[in-house]
Amino acid sequence: MSEVPLTHILFLSTALFFTGAYGFLTRRNMITMLMAAELMLNSVNINFIAFNKYLFGSKLDGVFFTLFLIAIAAAEAAVAIAIIINIYRQYQSIDIDDADSLKY
Amino acid sequence: MINGTTIALIPLLPLASFLLLGLFGRKYLSSMAGWIGTLSLLFSAIISLATAGTYFFVSGKVNGVYQPVTVLQHTWLAFAPGVSIDMGLLLDPVSMMMIVIVSFVSLMVHIYSLGYMKGEERFATYYAFLSLFTFSMLGLVLSCNLFQIYMFWELVGVSSFLLIGYYFDRPSAVAAAKKAFIVTRFADLGFLVGILILAFGAHTLDFKTLVERLTTPSPELRSMISSSFLGLSALTWGLLLVFMGGAGKSAMFPLHVWLPDAMEGPTPVSALIHAATMVVAGVYLVARLFPVFAISCPGALHVVAYVGVFSSLFAAIIACTQTDIKRVLAYSTMSQIGYMMFALGVSGYGGEHGLGFTASMFHLFTHAMFKALLFLGAGSVIHYVHSNEMKDMGGLRKYMPVTHLTFLVACLAIAGVPPFSGFFSKEEILTAAYQHNFTIYVIALFTAGLTSFYMFRLYFSVFWSKEFEPHHESSDVHHGEAPWTMKLPLLILGLLAMGAGFVPFGNFVSSDGNTLHSEFHLALAIPPVLIGLFGIALAYIMYNRQNDLPEKTASLFARLYKGAYHKFYIDEIYLFVTKKIVFNLIGGPSAWVDKNIIDGAVNLSADLTDDTSILIRGWQSGKMQQYALWFFAGVIGMVAVFVCLWH
Amino acid sequence: MISSAIFYLLAAFILVSGALAVTSRKIFRAAIYLLFTMIGVAGLYFWLSYEFIAAVQIVVYVGGIVVLIIFSIFLTHHVGSEMEKPNRIRMGFSLMAVFFAFVFCLIIIWRNDFLPAGAAPLELTVERIGEQMLSLTEHGYILPFEVVSMLLLSAMIGCIVIALKVSPEAVSSKKGEN
Repeated sequence: MSEVPLTHILFLSTALFFTGAYGFLTRRNMITMLMAAELMLNSVNINFIAFNKYLFGSKLDGVFFTLFLIAIAAAEAAVAIAIIINIYRQYQSIDIDDADSLKY
Repeated sequence: MINGTTIALIPLLPLASFLLLGLFGRKYLSSMAGWIGTLSLLFSAIISLATAGTYFFVSGKVNGVYQPVTVLQHTWLAFAPGVSIDMGLLLDPVSMMMIVIVSFVSLMVHIYSLGYMKGEERFATYYAFLSLFTFSMLGLVLSCNLFQIYMFWELVGVSSFLLIGYYFDRPSAVAAAKKAFIVTRFADLGFLVGILILAFGAHTLDFKTLVERLTTPSPELRSMISSSFLGLSALTWGLLLVFMGGAGKSAMFPLHVWLPDAMEGPTPVSALIHAATMVVAGVYLVARLFPVFAISCPGALHVVAYVGVFSSLFAAIIACTQTDIKRVLAYSTMSQIGYMMFALGVSGYGGEHGLGFTASMFHLFTHAMFKALLFLGAGSVIHYVHSNEMKDMGGLRKYMPVTHLTFLVACLAIAGVPPFSGFFSKEEILTAAYQHNFTIYVIALFTAGLTSFYMFRLYFSVFWSKEFEPHHESSDVHHGEAPWTMKLPLLILGLLAMGAGFVPFGNFVSSDGNTLHSEFHLALAIPPVLIGLFGIALAYIMYNRQNDLPEKTASLFARLYKGAYHKFYIDEIYLFVTKKIVFNLIGGPSAWVDKNIIDGAVNLSADLTDDTSILIRGWQSGKMQQYALWFFAGVIGMVAVFVCLWH
Repeated sequence: MISSAIFYLLAAFILVSGALAVTSRKIFRAAIYLLFTMIGVAGLYFWLSYEFIAAVQIVVYVGGIVVLIIFSIFLTHHVGSEMEKPNRIRMGFSLMAVFFAFVFCLIIIWRNDFLPAGAAPLELTVERIGEQMLSLTEHGYILPFEVVSMLLLSAMIGCIVIALKVSPEAVSSKKGEN
């Protein structure tokens, strides 16, 4: 594992993050937007673990960040789904562009 | 000498009566209003007589010369060292004479109005306005400072406006009030500029100091004479502009157009304001500044003389053709004031040369009496007949004996028949004119003939001419002539019109304070009397009985008659200038600029804001991903800036 | 040598799955691609010998979140049909922004020298994780542990409240009031 330099792992996580960002900004379906957000969160987890492994081998802080982050991501996904279901009941559609009541 | 505070009561008593009646009159005091007003005036008149008596007989003279005395002077607004608006009372022969005249005639009018205006709904308001006017006029004649005179001048104008427009439900009265106010206000524009020029040149607004500085060779006088504009010196401009204000108030040509229309007001008001007091304010102003006119600026004095004599001739010609009784009297007033003006205009200063000054003031004194008497008598006739037109009258001598006799006395006085008061004052004026300017003398003599002619035309048409048939079935005709409140002032004024001529006026009022001994020139006294009697005879022939002589004479002078009947079309000229020239050339384009350019700019800014807001409201589209995109871009931008700055 | 190859394979797998997850037109396939991405990330953790984290990743993410997503897809969507194409302008701007940001981050990463701490690496065992999580000493994570449990509780209650179906009588009475 030490043959792969840290920057390569960081390249992976950065690419994954921006893929998720692209998906979040582009996808019209709310559930696919949520999926893209999960991708972003995963890339952050990869970052934490990689730094912990390569730079701070004797400590566990990165691992704990990751653990808590996974828990929080789960909670957030659940709440997001609840909101999406509520919006579906209101607008009868999960197209994000249909929920534009806050327009001028 | 009388206490200054007591003298201050002279104008302040009517002011208190105005406030009391104005605030509480209509609701609480309407039955008492007339008596309250009359009582305050009575006290004011008594104090005036006492003050004048003390001044003239006890303490006014120093070394045989009447000195101006300033009482209660208080600096109110100081612009520069020396130039300040003071409030104070100036006592000198002219102002003493004026307070006696104003308070006394006002008292007569108050008593008369008790009967004339009885039954009016706004009785208390009428007396409030009368008191306001009396306060303003008394303040005007007691002013010690040019600006103080200007303030009271405007107050007098306002009171006149209120009183002319008293019957405000009549559109003609409202229009007349507006006309009077606007014309005199326009003249006051010149007055104000004149005041400023004089204040700037002489570095003072106080009358005593001003006259002193501008009649002795002082640096201020030299600077005012040397600086010139369009060929006239600054002093001339100042005096001429001040005279413009005076000409407006005194109804001199061409600012006279308001006076005939002002007859829309109640008749006692016409007697007080437009005969005896307000219209002589212009003469008073010129008399105040007379030393400056006579000694330092004779050119302006010539202008005064010619304007005066022209106005008097002009008005006399028009008065020969008018058929409304009050308008005849209005033009007669204008003519007599013209006499006073040109008497001042031909006068010199000091000793014998000051005959014109004394004559003018004497005529002011006697004219106040007989003109007020004429107006009050006309009011009595109108009250009886319910009409202003001469054709509705005639043969009234049987029904109104007191009015008839007093009216006759007044007409004889104005015609200059001895021994009535008018003879003495007119004779002095004509003597002064003869001594200084022969042309003016001839015109004045001719005007005197016209005066007696049109006055007796009026007299014969009203009291003789034909048998009186009442046009109204109302029971007023049977109530008799007039109540005693209306007859009493007529009688008092009638007595004065007979006897006032014997007052040795030169002992009291003269141009420099010294006693003026006027001699009686028999040769000069006879022509005016002859001309007056000739006028009376002519009027008798034409108007004593109804005949067709007037129509034949009118057709003989057809063009002149038509022009005089239409008041020489001066009103039409004014209307033409204002409507065609001022409204169209100045008013129209200004309105266009206001609507299109100024309003357009405001509308443009509003439209721009509107369009911009429509343009940028797309940012609030409600689409979440658009918000996220902007957010993302903003974060990246900030991080980039931060990182670059950090390195 | 072999481990680098494994890493690059895993990396390619993750990236391809992720790209497909965000661009697929059929929603169920997008969910499955997301599943593959998660499994790939778990494989990465295994490769880094953090087995515990990998296990947690599979249990929570794959077994919980992706399943939840699939349930909600079934609740709200016609699974078989295609989704709409995204707005062209929005796609263009987003690509530009994302690409620019990506290049920027790479430049920062490239420039930085990552210096290791120097101490010897330890083995990651479950006992160590458990001990440290519940310890009260300086490196203990007892407080975040409790806070996260509070968070989970509130999320649970929040979800129930948000997604609560209001009975029809209450809905009509509310509408009648308005």
